[in-house]
Amino acid sequence: MASELTMEAGALASPQIQNQAYTVRLEIFEGPLDLLLHLIRQQEIDIYEIALAEIADQYLHYLEMMKDLNITVAGEFLVMAATLIHIKSRMLLPEEPNSEVEQEIEEFRKDLVQQLLDHEKFKQAAQMLYVRETVELSVWPRGENEFEEEERELVSATVFDLVSAFHQMVERYKESIVLEVAGESVTVQEKLEEIRRLLSVQESILFSFFFERGLSHLHLVVTFFALLELTRLHEVRLIQTAAFEDIRIQSCLKKD
Amino acid sequence: MFEKGLTNPILAMLFVATDPLTLAELQEVYPKTPLEDLTNTLTELVSQFNSLQAAVEIREIGGGYRLTTRPEYHEDIRAYLQTKPSAKLSLAALETLAVIAYKQPVTISEIMDIRGVNSGSTIRTLLEKKLIQTRGRKKVVGRPIMYGTTKDFAIHFGLKDLSDLPTLEELEEVLSPAGE
Repeated sequence: MASELTMEAGALASPQIQNQAYTVRLEIFEGPLDLLLHLIRQQEIDIYEIALAEIADQYLHYLEMMKDLNITVAGEFLVMAATLIHIKSRMLLPEEPNSEVEQEIEEFRKDLVQQLLDHEKFKQAAQMLYVRETVELSVWPRGENEFEEEERELVSATVFDLVSAFHQMVERYKESIVLEVAGESVTVQEKLEEIRRLLSVQESILFSFFFERGLSHLHLVVTFFALLELTRLHEVRLIQTAAFEDIRIQSCLKKD
Repeated sequence: MFEKGLTNPILAMLFVATDPLTLAELQEVYPKTPLEDLTNTLTELVSQFNSLQAAVEIREIGGGYRLTTRPEYHEDIRAYLQTKPSAKLSLAALETLAVIAYKQPVTISEIMDIRGVNSGSTIRTLLEKKLIQTRGRKKVVGRPIMYGTTKDFAIHFGLKDLSDLPTLEELEEVLSPAGE
């Protein structure tokens, strides 16, 4: 499943690669745990048996290689590298048996082993899902073939679209907004609930809907905040079929 | 005991249904038939129909039943529909989904602990694909949002429901390195 990157090594090869052919195959790892697992498997050692100093060296060597190949090393890899270097430096200190240092190292080793074991489990689960997906993608239910086309037509709207739509609506409905009752109060929470309620009975609401009801400025602003909050919570999806079109607010929550 | 007279009408409903047909829906249609009979009828229909080895089969998926083509015809159907194989989920997406499926409800930082990688953007994609949904907030400092899988998740991976997922221990036995 791991994707592989084949690239010309040529002049920028590190010493280890120089003697080999001109292409290197470098596996792309999802993260530091992935890389560690790979290194452990390569040596066919039991995860429980890992030697920290050795694995740290190999890990750092690999990062060095990535650097040589001008591959951007993600931050997570560096955090793990720093941790490994730290542990390795502790191991170099002269130690007494059962000293604090030794305990610390052992603790770290145990944590790392557990993390690697968990990670491996979920990698297996991911592999299982991959197999299931492959089967599922070669099976067709009845009459859902237009679905994909519909998806393509829709453009997900961003928060900026929402802001500009809000501005447009306010402009457009300026005249009709006349009612400003003093002492009126409405909270974002109330609006949030109102939108949730609306979405529980209908699949989607048009953004202009809130403006057509001649609500006061306060209401509109609060509605706007409520929508931003719902978007942030991923409870709603904002959909626009084309630029400057009305935005449709769609629930992301499954109805049971 | 199963209602023989109902197998054909139910099959007809399966033919029309776009979402998996659920037992609850059947109960609405046949309020007078005992639930047990409906269950038996459905089970009987599925086993009878699938034993025909026709080009389509009834599959239990996402908490219901639906009629689908058999996998062996995928190339022919793709040629007819003129579609390319759909894009599969990325490795990162699958791993994240695996963690969510087994640990739900789960927060982003818990997912990150297991994967060892920042999973924020993957989460967003999965939300857009409606494979996961928010599940309220965890009552810890910062009140992080928790995530869980959806019915679409079960459908996408051909699962009857979440209990249809093999346990992590079972996976270890099936996919252990010794078997590679």
